[in-house]
Amino acid sequence: MLSIKNLHASIEGTPILKGINLEVKAGEVHAIMGPNGSGKSTLASVLAGREEYEVTQGEVTFKSKDLLDLSPEDRAREGVFLAFQYPVEIPGVSSTNFLRTAVNQVREYRGQDPLDAVKFLTLIKEKMKLVEIDQKLLSRSLNEGFSGGEKKRNEIFQMAMLEPTLSILDETDSGLDIDALRIVSNGVNQLKSDDKATIVVTHYQRLLDYIIPDFVHVLYNGKIVKSGTKELALELEEKGYDWIKEEADKATV
Amino acid sequence: MTTITKDNIIDSLLSSVQPNGNSEAVQIIRDNGFPTNKHEEYKFTNITKRIENKIQAFQQAKPFYLTEEDVTNAIIKNLDADVLVFNNGQFSSELSRIGEGYSVSTIGSGESPFTIKDLYGDSYLALNNASFENGIYIQIPKNKVLDKPVLILNLVKANEGQLITPKIWIDCAENTEAVFIDQAVSQDEETYFLNGSVEIRTAANSHIHYYRVQIQNSEALEVNNLLTDIHRDSTFTSFLLSLEGDMIRNNVTLNLLDTGCEGNMYGLYLLGGKTHVDNHTNVDHTKPHCESNELYKGVLTDKSRGVFNGKIFVREDAQKTNAFQQNNNILLSDEATINTKPQLEIWADDVKCSHGCTTGQLDEEALFYLQARGIDKDQGKALLLYAFAGDVIEHVKIEAFKEYCIDLVQKKLGTNF
Ligand SMILES: Nc1ncnc2c1ncn2[C@@H]1O[C@H](COP(=O)(O)OP(=O)(O)OP(=O)(O)O)[C@@H](O)[C@H]1O
Ligand SMILES: [Mg+2]
Repeated sequence: MLSIKNLHASIEGTPILKGINLEVKAGEVHAIMGPNGSGKSTLASVLAGREEYEVTQGEVTFKSKDLLDLSPEDRAREGVFLAFQYPVEIPGVSSTNFLRTAVNQVREYRGQDPLDAVKFLTLIKEKMKLVEIDQKLLSRSLNEGFSGGEKKRNEIFQMAMLEPTLSILDETDSGLDIDALRIVSNGVNQLKSDDKATIVVTHYQRLLDYIIPDFVHVLYNGKIVKSGTKELALELEEKGYDWIKEEADKATV
Repeated sequence: MTTITKDNIIDSLLSSVQPNGNSEAVQIIRDNGFPTNKHEEYKFTNITKRIENKIQAFQQAKPFYLTEEDVTNAIIKNLDADVLVFNNGQFSSELSRIGEGYSVSTIGSGESPFTIKDLYGDSYLALNNASFENGIYIQIPKNKVLDKPVLILNLVKANEGQLITPKIWIDCAENTEAVFIDQAVSQDEETYFLNGSVEIRTAANSHIHYYRVQIQNSEALEVNNLLTDIHRDSTFTSFLLSLEGDMIRNNVTLNLLDTGCEGNMYGLYLLGGKTHVDNHTNVDHTKPHCESNELYKGVLTDKSRGVFNGKIFVREDAQKTNAFQQNNNILLSDEATINTKPQLEIWADDVKCSHGCTTGQLDEEALFYLQARGIDKDQGKALLLYAFAGDVIEHVKIEAFKEYCIDLVQKKLGTNF
């Protein structure tokens, strides 16, 4: 589904990603871990099409299309979804209006009819249950004044509304208490299927108790320096990143 | 080519003065000249030079052939309003649709039902006073609440003379309510200079709204003076939407002359191309317990230019004044500019005044967020810009007109912005 080959990206001339290779197949869950500043969010942003990042080398194909060639909106319409580490507050744009615009533009691209007001409302109601989000939040401006947990839940709610094939969750678990974590993971798990894939970026092994990964990768200094199964996450939890950093630093010298 | 000198443009413009035109006004022009960029109040808006460059002959425009149908076509869709038609700046009673319960009389040049003092001796206002032909005097009698808005429709055709001089007085007696919508509709794409003035006087406890839309052609030059004298317990609200034109100057003066008055001034300008819009506002708090609110917002792209100047005077007597002023701008291109200047002069000590101005760019982070959800970039921009600017329109109270403005604004934001 997603194939990343030797991906290099920089921001304002500073290289951040330095040769990422990653294959994600339908039905799989990949976890990406790694110390602060290692480039996890950068990778997520590059996949979603953020313009500030300049791809200097490498290629990314998604469902056999050149992903890097598509505008951010077309990537979303093709089925890439990024749950933001820091969802943006947008005062003055109502959540409902935003969602309807997004859902209908995505539907149009996928050759589906736009949803009328009634169908749209039914869909909202159904998906809201998934993440136990309060309807009151949707009558407010997008993310404005939402608590951290509400923002994260809103991300998963949007994901449910847009039905992506590849979901990239950038630290959706950070800052969540255990109840919220359970709700969010539960939402993500219900949306999983054999023809969809998920990439979860996280610092915490505990998320992986709920969303069970097939693979765990460690990103350090712009590269994936180690890959393994969910046991790797447990090992990282126990031993931290120093041993991995040492290994990696040795290898580059 | 002849070069136009300062004296030359004064003489040229004065050639439009009516035989019995106001001689005091002519004297103001002779004394002050027409403002250039050396003139403090016009330093960013050299409209005099622009007029020199763009207009060859300063002929007062003549009425042209207009039908009922032309008028109907020019009226805002779904707006149920009385209509006062100006034909190239001159009132046409035949084409107007005047409602019940108020009077409209034609005022010939040289006459003046009342005068609101202009602190600045603005030569363009003086020119208006000296050169208008068929102005109007609207009188709303005591206790009259107009049930429909009054649309002042100024149909303009520049090949019948390029100097257009509408002149309006509105006199509102005690306990009156009315909404005026003022709009020039250009019948061609030629350059003209519209030099208008509206003077509004309210007695006690009146509630008057005045709205203006500026979507005339992109060659239009315009100076508009709106002057108001507001008396006890009255509310006055102005709303100006500027979308199109070559160079536009709006002067709004609000004199709060007794206690319990509320004055509101709202403005929204969305400018592209080389459009230049200058909003000068002036609120004078002279008595205690009055309030003024001012909110102007702008979105500018291409090589457009915006100017905002907001003067607030709080006189010694005007204790317990609340005065708020805000001007926010978004610049979408490197070549667009905005000059914004609040000017507060406060002599009273027990007052609440606040002002602020901001100039920023579109929030790229927010735009990316919308795009990442599948929303088209242009549409995302329009959503964000509307979120920024839309609240100004909320102060419009006539639903059909509000929808018309929302539609104009959304269309503009959705296309070339
Ligand atoms: N706009 C920017 N300008 C300059 N440097 C940036 C910018 N954004 C990110 N960086 C740098 O790129 C590197 C990678 O950042 P990134 O956010 O991808 O890390 P991360 O792995 O997601 O970290 P965290 O775990 O803290 O979220 C960091 O060194 C960061 O300082
Ligand atoms: Mg990050």
